[in-house]
Amino acid sequence: MNKSVTIDREGLNQLIIVLGGMGFQVVGPTVRDEAIVYEKLGSIKDLPEGFTDEQDGGIYRLKRRQDQSLFGYAVGPHSWKKFLHPPERRLWQADSEGSDFEIKPEKLDTTKFAFIGVRSCEMHAIAIQDKVFINDKFVDPVYQVRRENAFFVAVNCGQAGGTCFCVSMNTGPKVEAGFDLALTEVLENDRHYFVVEVGSKKGEACVKQMTHQQAQKEEIAQAENVVKETAGQMGRSLNTTDIKGLLYENLEHPRWDDIAERCLSCANCTMVCPTCFCSTVEDVTDITGTHAERWQKWDSCFTMDFTYLHGGEVRASTKSRYRQWLTHKLASWQDQFGSSGCVGCGRCITWCPPGIDFTEEVPKIRDSETQSLKMS
Amino acid sequence: METTMQSPMTPWPYRIEKVIRETHDTFSLNVVPKDSSRGMTFNPGQFNMLYAFGVGEVPISISGPKPGEQGMIHTIRDVGVVTGALHQLKKDQTVGLRGPFGSAWPIEESKGYDIVIMAGGIGLAPLRPALYALLDQRDKFGEIVLLYGVRKPEDLLFTKEFETWRGKYGVQVKLTVDTADREWRGNVGVVNTLIQRADFDPINTVAMICGPEVMMRFAVSELKRQEVPENQIFITMERNMKCAVGFCGHCQFGPAFICKDGPIFRYDKVKQFFGIREI
Amino acid sequence: MKSLESILGNHPFFENLAPEYLTLITGCASNVKFEAGEFIYRQDEEANNFYIIREGKVALEVCPPGKKPITVQTVSDGEILGWAWLIPPYHCQFDAQAVELTRAIVLDGRCLRTKCVEDHTLGYELLSRLLPVVGRTMEATRLQLLDIYGNND
Repeated sequence: MNKSVTIDREGLNQLIIVLGGMGFQVVGPTVRDEAIVYEKLGSIKDLPEGFTDEQDGGIYRLKRRQDQSLFGYAVGPHSWKKFLHPPERRLWQADSEGSDFEIKPEKLDTTKFAFIGVRSCEMHAIAIQDKVFINDKFVDPVYQVRRENAFFVAVNCGQAGGTCFCVSMNTGPKVEAGFDLALTEVLENDRHYFVVEVGSKKGEACVKQMTHQQAQKEEIAQAENVVKETAGQMGRSLNTTDIKGLLYENLEHPRWDDIAERCLSCANCTMVCPTCFCSTVEDVTDITGTHAERWQKWDSCFTMDFTYLHGGEVRASTKSRYRQWLTHKLASWQDQFGSSGCVGCGRCITWCPPGIDFTEEVPKIRDSETQSLKMS
Repeated sequence: METTMQSPMTPWPYRIEKVIRETHDTFSLNVVPKDSSRGMTFNPGQFNMLYAFGVGEVPISISGPKPGEQGMIHTIRDVGVVTGALHQLKKDQTVGLRGPFGSAWPIEESKGYDIVIMAGGIGLAPLRPALYALLDQRDKFGEIVLLYGVRKPEDLLFTKEFETWRGKYGVQVKLTVDTADREWRGNVGVVNTLIQRADFDPINTVAMICGPEVMMRFAVSELKRQEVPENQIFITMERNMKCAVGFCGHCQFGPAFICKDGPIFRYDKVKQFFGIREI
Repeated sequence: MKSLESILGNHPFFENLAPEYLTLITGCASNVKFEAGEFIYRQDEEANNFYIIREGKVALEVCPPGKKPITVQTVSDGEILGWAWLIPPYHCQFDAQAVELTRAIVLDGRCLRTKCVEDHTLGYELLSRLLPVVGRTMEATRLQLLDIYGNND
């Protein structure tokens, strides 16, 4: 592909600086509290050089790599939704005037973000949230502005995590669309370089300001090989054949009770999930009672009063909450937004304290169906 | 990038044109927009989010006015903190309003059919605009039946209008209460028991039901027993609602968002999930 | 005026009943009229009658001491009043009072139940017609018990 260029580590560093110069707030992976999280980046020194992550059900551990790889890990607990769909934000304020009041809409925060190191599953997750906040009946202007302003530097995964299953969900590991630049990190012998695919005019403009070379055939082949190898390393897999019908038909399956015995209703899965979008609103007033504000905050379908109705919870049991979360993600999402709500990033498995793994649970439901079919 | 678009999460100020006492615990607010660019049009069955300053926001279905009259009427039962705060408001005070939201009763689609309207308790409120719309073109419909049940006679809403509906428009208005003393000369029993007492052609009937979910379950099974087709039965669903625009995720009911896909659903489209515990 | 037999024969309760049974049942039937406020039967009376309401409205009541009578159900046009006549110990459970002028056909339950014992086919016919009435009454009662319009907060 003639649009591809190669850059070295210094080129990547220039990219961060160039983006900063273009008015972007550059954010990307960095090590904090023994995890790789997404924060503000100043230079490539902030990237998790030489780190990788070990992931399994309920397990996340950073480990040292033998090389100087900058993107040599899968995904951490953060996702880009914290920038596009902030965990907490004020929606509006109101002030009373006598027995009356006036509502003051919130000014739009027009921060431009440049995201460094967006994985394919994460690009898909953003496209899924787009359907919720921009492409449905109503538009969330804050999300829309941040989304339209954002610059995407995607990264093709150089290795799969222990809980990854993007191949099953058709969401990776190769970044296909939506990026401005897509990097593949290559480490061979003594060379450390990135093959950069240019995906937009904005991306092209950036490249011009960085030291780069036209990518050679061998370099491109090398990069393609990296992604191919990753695709073969998936830690998990999920058979998604008619998964909607399967779950809709099994809303009263005994497996939900079994899961409920382990599930802590802690909401971790929903907080780390890059597509979970639920929120709540809180009304606050100052001590004089003349000033009121409404805040939107991330919420989870696992919390106590999520389904509060007429003095009680519709989904009072852990069983019903887990069932809601999973059937929403894998089944009803398809009816609502035309795609699965799962991108196979594996975060919900990794960050679940008891390690509940739906790539194990769904087959349990499927197998019992097959068995009962055989019996009948 | 500057954008002037108002977030669908920001309420607009509306002035209370009239406060109407309906029953001992239920009242209506007729409101008009303070900003003249805001409309007052809605489809029968839709709802608004009403905000009481400093207290909070609740979904309230639109219960009027009659066609051609001014404003949007909200009939509210004082059962919680926000509805309590709304109850304190007086004429000319302000409420925040977002809406109208949600699906509507199938008025146009029901032309040529007999109509059975079933309401339980405050469920009559979102059905009243449907009734107004039907009566506005009375000759386009066959029998119109209103079956309305409440707990006690003093809970009956809109009683002054029953005689007009009966006399002027030939609506079969049948009322029942769960319990009553001897002062009450009408029916005693749940609203389902009225179905058998009404005169309509089941196969050629559209039923519109609003009331507590349990009441609707039994109403649907009685209508089915009378052979009203499932795809001619419309019900309303209720779940916790925070945003009304499909962002907050709270009101999901199976694949549906009550706020944007509902609150009115054709029964056959939701029956797979209707009645499943904790869904 | 229509004959009793044709009135009974056209009533949904007796739909598709064999003509000989209809004749037999008509033999136990007569027209009755109750003024508003008149009691049709009282709680604990022997239940010997079974009514088909032609027009009007009847309230089934209980009267707790020191309180006003409470109506638990009303029965009106075309509906059936009373089923205690078919099931031992044949005692009325409520007071039945006409709310308005009520015309009905009364069937002699004592006569009918004797015939049901002698002819089980007739017994089956009557029970299978009465059971849905009892079932619906029970369903309605359960819903009333739920107090679904109550303020649950």
